[in-house]
Amino acid sequence: MNHSKSWRVRSLAAVGVSATLLVAACGGGGGAGNQEGSGSQSAQAAFNAASSSVVNPSDKKGGTLKFANPGDWDTLDPGETYYAWSWNFARLYGRALMMFNAAPGKEGNQLVPDLAEGPGKASGDAKTWTYKLRKGVKFDDGTEATSADVKYAVLRSTDKQTFPNGPAYWEGLLDLPKGYKGPYKTPNMNTDSAIETPDKYTIVFHTKAPFAAFDYLAQQPDTMPVPKDKDTGAKYRNSIVSTGPYKFEGLQPGKSFNLVRNDQWDPATDPNRKALPDRIEVTLNVNADDIDNRLISGDLDVDVAALGVQPAAQSRVLQDPALKATADNPLSARNWYTSINPTVPPLDNIECRKAIMYAMDHTGYQTAYGGPFAGGDMATTLLPPNIPGHADFDLYPNGPDHKGDLDAAKKSLEACGQPNGFATNIAYRAERPKEKATAEAFQQALGRVGIKLTLKPYPQGDYFAQYAGLPPYVVKNKLGLATNGWAADWPDGFGFLSQVVDSRVIRATGGSSNTSVRIPEVDQMLDKALTELDTDKRNQMWGEIDRRVMEEAVVYPGVYSKALLLRSKNATNIMVTDAYGEYDYLGMGAQK
Amino acid sequence: MTLPPEAGAEAEAAIPEAVLVGAGQTEGRSLGQIAWMRLKRDKVALAGGAFLIFLILVAIFAPLIVKYLGSPPNEFHQELIDTAGGTLAPIGRFGGMSWDHLMGIEPVNGRDIFSRVVYGSRISLLIAFLATLLSVAIGTTLGIISGFIGGWTDTLTSRLMDIFLAFPLLVLAIALAGVFPDQAFGLQGNQLRIALLIFIIGFFNWPYIGRIIRGQTLSLREREFVESAKSLGARRGYILRTEMLPNLIAPILVYSTLLIPTNILFEAALSFLGVGIRPPTASWGGMLSDAVVFYTQPHFMFWPGMAIFITVLAFNLFGDGLRDALDPRANR
Repeated sequence: MNHSKSWRVRSLAAVGVSATLLVAACGGGGGAGNQEGSGSQSAQAAFNAASSSVVNPSDKKGGTLKFANPGDWDTLDPGETYYAWSWNFARLYGRALMMFNAAPGKEGNQLVPDLAEGPGKASGDAKTWTYKLRKGVKFDDGTEATSADVKYAVLRSTDKQTFPNGPAYWEGLLDLPKGYKGPYKTPNMNTDSAIETPDKYTIVFHTKAPFAAFDYLAQQPDTMPVPKDKDTGAKYRNSIVSTGPYKFEGLQPGKSFNLVRNDQWDPATDPNRKALPDRIEVTLNVNADDIDNRLISGDLDVDVAALGVQPAAQSRVLQDPALKATADNPLSARNWYTSINPTVPPLDNIECRKAIMYAMDHTGYQTAYGGPFAGGDMATTLLPPNIPGHADFDLYPNGPDHKGDLDAAKKSLEACGQPNGFATNIAYRAERPKEKATAEAFQQALGRVGIKLTLKPYPQGDYFAQYAGLPPYVVKNKLGLATNGWAADWPDGFGFLSQVVDSRVIRATGGSSNTSVRIPEVDQMLDKALTELDTDKRNQMWGEIDRRVMEEAVVYPGVYSKALLLRSKNATNIMVTDAYGEYDYLGMGAQK
Repeated sequence: MTLPPEAGAEAEAAIPEAVLVGAGQTEGRSLGQIAWMRLKRDKVALAGGAFLIFLILVAIFAPLIVKYLGSPPNEFHQELIDTAGGTLAPIGRFGGMSWDHLMGIEPVNGRDIFSRVVYGSRISLLIAFLATLLSVAIGTTLGIISGFIGGWTDTLTSRLMDIFLAFPLLVLAIALAGVFPDQAFGLQGNQLRIALLIFIIGFFNWPYIGRIIRGQTLSLREREFVESAKSLGARRGYILRTEMLPNLIAPILVYSTLLIPTNILFEAALSFLGVGIRPPTASWGGMLSDAVVFYTQPHFMFWPGMAIFITVLAFNLFGDGLRDALDPRANR
């Protein structure tokens, strides 16, 4: 939506990559296919079983789940946290207006009302959204959570000086008064133009532009109510008031905390949560290899950051069939692609861009990212398959073995007027071994048709601000290709596409993740989709946008990212939710 | 009784070594000849020296060697990689070692490790030699000037050395190599990187050799032959050239030989930290850096690591032997 958001998502990706030396993932297409309830034994025995069904289903209450995090939490404050795994986890202690269903696979992608009674009701122009709140939802101190608390929570999250790293959708979208700087700095300003609370159980949002996918915004943790008198600004992360079935106990920042039952949570107000375990113990800053070993031994239940196992455990898991059967290989809503910049001659000619599409060795790309398990599936589109609206098409078939179609590439080169190939550069982030391997793979594959590629590493901190995302720099230094990647904030076409295909996010001063897609028609298609209130029609439009972008050959779709996750021995109700591409932390129970 | 025929030989052996070979000739033997004699007796140093000659030949004839014993250093062999199983490890034991790939292949892209080690020696030796040359040139010049002229020149130069010695070199190297543009001084790409590395490594290492030369010059300055040359009216330039420099050759030679392995390690460290040569050009440090990610496949790290280890060891052994030969009074 705006700059800080795109920056944030990229830096998340950066943290993800650097945190895992090699994100493990295994492909294998989820053929396990055990039906829910078909017996825990058989379900447990299959690789990827939890991607499509519930492994070890149970309604038994009690027990303790042990989570570990290889790093620190970005923040537990629902107004600022910005990792998929943290959003997944936040549902345990907070109730947003909407939430992703605690269900396996695609069902996990569905939005269900949580604090709200039902989905948002839109005005005809999709600019006014009304939610009715459930009655009787209480904070852990016994006071009732009302629409005013939700309004306060959303408003405080817009203060980017207090919460610099949080998602930045609200301040860009809501019709806030001019000069509004959040409830801390401008407490007396009337914000009814943005959010109205006509009564304790009604909240009305007013947006500046149509935003048909509003329910996705309403599932963000920053709509979890925050009581104004208990809010301590940036310090609230250490004293969060819970509305969910669990509350915090013994929180030691950077070390550990526990979630224990919140006796003020009333199951009658909450159809979505089973709240099975009595306790969830979380340890922070645990060595990543140690986490893998403890997952294998059964000493630990969940690697909460869900980046996949480390290389050492990866080879162990993939080579040992018994161990492999306890692993899952879900897709995350991320595409590691490469931008093909039409501003750099001769790539201003579409035929030269097509030559790259055909000449690249797609399996080499996949291997560079870690292969079919750790890397992901070969992508032919921008939208990953687990995002609603994904359309399956392949405009540039690269041969039966996916090693590239050299004849087609040579034909394109001739049509481009460069029959002997040409020379250009590829930019990548120096700190990322996988991007380096990708650049080397491009160099090898394109060399087969005479396209000479020179590798240009840049520091990842300024990759978009000063190098690959700075249009004049790209042209001056002839960065024809640039490795890139994008993960959606939520599984929806808008969440994925808006920052990477809208040409209006490209700034001459740099900083945009979109470096190559400049198609006016696509901009119009995006605007149109945002006014479409029918979800199915809207999803179809995202697919059409994807196809239009691919027709221009300005993006080489690399891999739909995957991660190799290990299933807990102790946990019950284990399932991968497509919403996060991780185990669902909300429905999970414990045997002991 | 007749004398045994060996008696003459025994008598010959009793003659001191300095005149042994020259027996029958009138002139004595030069310092160089004596040093060579001593070096010849030091088998360890000779082995080190022989390996260095071998290594230099390998570096020079790398393309030829690779043509017959490997495959091009940047060529992928992904058909030899376990992509289906997902581990991305080379297929086969010991990292896919075979007659085609003597040291196995790299994980992920399957490049021939042997070829890359051979080509890596070029980068390592080139940078180490030229950087050492730069250090020695600057160090010797400033060391002699400082020691011979003395006075405020000496004070100034000595403080300059202190400043350079106190410099956090690695930090500076990383910063400099990180911000340097792609094109400068008419060079670009890897040529520029190599020039930059030579400059960083060479330019900041000169005080080590500079201090030694200064000390030697100071002591030589007071020696009788210099005094007598002075008293005979020799000019400064003449004394520097004819009296000082020949006597400084030995320490210069020894410390250059010992500086080269340090520079090889430094270059490897910089490449390891990602500020060295640009991929895909092979360098030993860069290979180690790549191998870190694949710590479950030790062969990848073993070969470039061994190459660095043996080379540095050979230089050190040879350098030590050279010092013993040239300056037997020096304590180890």
